[in-house]
Amino acid sequence: MAALQASATQRVEFDTQHRSAKRTVSTALLEVRELVKQYPATTAVAGVSFSVPPGICFGLLGPNGAGKTTIIEIMEGILPPTAGEVRYQGAPLGRRFREEAGILFQKTALQDFLTVRQSIALFRGLYARGLDVEEVIRLCALEKLAGRDSRKLSGGQQQRLLLAIALVNDPAVLFLDEPTTGLDPQARRNFWELVQSIRARNKTIILTTHYMEEAELLCDDILIMDRGRIVAQGPPRRLLHEHFAEVLLELPRADFPQAARALALKIIDTSDRVEITTDDLEGTLRTLLAAHVPLSNLRIRPPNLEDLFLELTGTELRP
Amino acid sequence: MIRRLLSVLHARNLEFLRDRSTLIFTLLLPVLLVIGMGFVFGGPERPLFKVGVLADHIDRQAAPFLRERYVEFIAVPDLREALRKVTHQQIDLLLDLRAPGRYWVNTDSPKGYIVEKLLLAAQPTARRQPVSGAALRYVDWLFPGILGMNMMFSCLFGVGYVVLRYRKSGFLKRLHATPLSAFEFLSAQVLSRLALILIVTTILYVGIGAIIGFHSAGSILLLGLLAILGALSMIALGLTIAARFSSEELVGGLLNVLTWPMMLLSGIWFSLEGSPRWVQWVANIFPLTHILNAARAVMLDGAGVVQIAPHLLFLAATALAFLAFGAWSFRWRID
Repeated sequence: MAALQASATQRVEFDTQHRSAKRTVSTALLEVRELVKQYPATTAVAGVSFSVPPGICFGLLGPNGAGKTTIIEIMEGILPPTAGEVRYQGAPLGRRFREEAGILFQKTALQDFLTVRQSIALFRGLYARGLDVEEVIRLCALEKLAGRDSRKLSGGQQQRLLLAIALVNDPAVLFLDEPTTGLDPQARRNFWELVQSIRARNKTIILTTHYMEEAELLCDDILIMDRGRIVAQGPPRRLLHEHFAEVLLELPRADFPQAARALALKIIDTSDRVEITTDDLEGTLRTLLAAHVPLSNLRIRPPNLEDLFLELTGTELRP
Repeated sequence: MIRRLLSVLHARNLEFLRDRSTLIFTLLLPVLLVIGMGFVFGGPERPLFKVGVLADHIDRQAAPFLRERYVEFIAVPDLREALRKVTHQQIDLLLDLRAPGRYWVNTDSPKGYIVEKLLLAAQPTARRQPVSGAALRYVDWLFPGILGMNMMFSCLFGVGYVVLRYRKSGFLKRLHATPLSAFEFLSAQVLSRLALILIVTTILYVGIGAIIGFHSAGSILLLGLLAILGALSMIALGLTIAARFSSEELVGGLLNVLTWPMMLLSGIWFSLEGSPRWVQWVANIFPLTHILNAARAVMLDGAGVVQIAPHLLFLAATALAFLAFGAWSFRWRID
C-alpha cells in the first residue's frame, strides 16, 4: 500500500513534468542512446535515441521487421547492442534493473508439467521482492485456472499467465512485446483491460504493437518505427493533430477514375481504397463532384494512427 | 542465491516426477539391469582350476605338476599382483618355480584345497604359504562397473538434453530476464539430477547386491561420498556440452563421443591392467575411470578414505572445473 501511495506521488510529479513537456535526462526512467543493432545481412536498428519518463505507457509501433522487437529486447537487457547503450535510472542495465523489470516476450515456453500457480511461484522465487503469488493470480484473473497444467491454456489464458509472471516482482517497468498478437478480439479486449488496470497502479509500460487501436487506447507516448529508424514520436493525439488536418475521405478504388488523379488532392493508395486527406472538406467534395467522381460509397472519418503510419512511410502497417 | 536456486530446483523436480514416461523409464532400466544380471550370473560357474606360476612364461616340462590335466596354468611375473589374485580366489593356487617347492594357497577356497592335494601328490616336498580371503567372482568385479555405467548415461544424457530443450523452447531466455544467474540455474539442474541418481544407484546397489549376494568389503558411507562426487563430476561434464549449443544432433553426437571411450576405456567390462601405458593415461582423463577404480578398491579390497583420496580429489576438482566452465560458456538463447 505504501508503495502505491509513494508511486502516486511520483505520478503527480511526473504529470507536472509531462505537461510542461520538459523531459530531461534526469527524469527519464529509461534512456536509449544511439542504439545500433547490426546483423550480418541487415541493420535491424540504425541509430535510435529516445527516453521514457516514469509512469507512462510508451508504445513502439511499426510493421513486422521495423526493429521493434530488437529494440525492446536490447532495452530488456536480453540482446546486446552493436553500438549505443540503454540506461535505467541513469545507470547501465544491471542487477537492479533485472530485479525491477517485468518482461513479457512475444513467444515464451514455460517449464512442462507445472500448473499455473507453480509456474508463477517458480518465478516469484527468483526475485528478492514482489507480490504474493495469490495476489498476482487474482490480478490477472487466473483464479479458476490456478491448478491447471500451463500447457493446457488457450492463447488468451496463456498470455494472462505470462503477464502474471511478468508482474510477480511488482516491477517498476513492464515490457510487453506484441502482447495481443494472435489473440481473438474478445481475448484482446480482456488483455487491454488488464493492462489498463496495471497502468492504474502507476507502472511504466513499454509496449510494442502493430495494432493501431491498441496503441491509441493504451499509450501516452508513441514512437513510430520503420526499417530500424524512428519516423515520428509523441503522444498519439498530438501526432495525429500535427500530421492531419481534420478529416479523411475514403473511396473504393474502383470508384476513383484515373483522370481524377490529376486533381490537386492529397491522395494515398491502399490495397483496395483511395484515401484523400484534407482540411477543407467542402472544397474537396466540390472538386470531386466537378470531376464526376461517384460519391455514393464515400466514407468520411477522422484519421487514426494507421493513416499516420501510411502518411509517414508510404506503406501499410499491417503485414 | 539459495532461494533462487531452490526455486528452480523445486520446479525441475516437479517436472521430472510428473513426466510419467521418463520417470518409468528411469526406474525401469535399473530393474531390467538387475534382472539381466541375475539371469547371466545366477547359473553355476564352470569348474576349472587355475594355477598361477611365478614366471615370465610357463615351461610345461619344468615340473611334473605342470603336466596335470584340467588345470589352467597362468604365468604371473609379479609376486604382489599374484598374491592379490590368490586372496581374491581369481587363481586357486600360486606356485613359485624360482624357489622350488614353495606355494601359496587360499585356505578359504574349496578349489584351492583340491588343487593343493593334486600338487602335493606330484611334489610332496612343496612348502605351504597360507593366504586367506573370500572369492572374487567376475560378477563382483563387474558390479561397480554396471553401477558406474548406468550413472554415466543418466548424468550425461539426463541433464544435457533437458538444458537443450529449455533453450530451444525459449524458457531459458525467459529465465535470463530474471535475476537468476547461469551458475544458480546450472547448480539447480545438477542437484536435481544428483538426487535422482543417488536414489536409482541405491536401488541398483541393494537390488543387484541381493541377487548376486554381494557384500562390500569397505564402508558404505565412503561409497556414498564417492557416488556423490562421481555423479557431480559427470553431470557437470554433461552440462559443459549442453552449455551453449542448440542442435540436438550436435549435442547428441558430442555426448556419444564422450560416452563411448568411457564405455571401453574406463574398465567397466574388463580391467585395464596390462594394457599399454598410453591407454591407461587416456583412461585416467575420464571421471568414470576414477569412480570405478575407487569403487572397486572400497567394495572389493576394503580401501579407506585415505587410499581413494586421490580419486575423490580428482572428481571434486573436475566437478568444480566443469561447472565453472559451463557457467562461463553458458548461452541463454539461440544465437
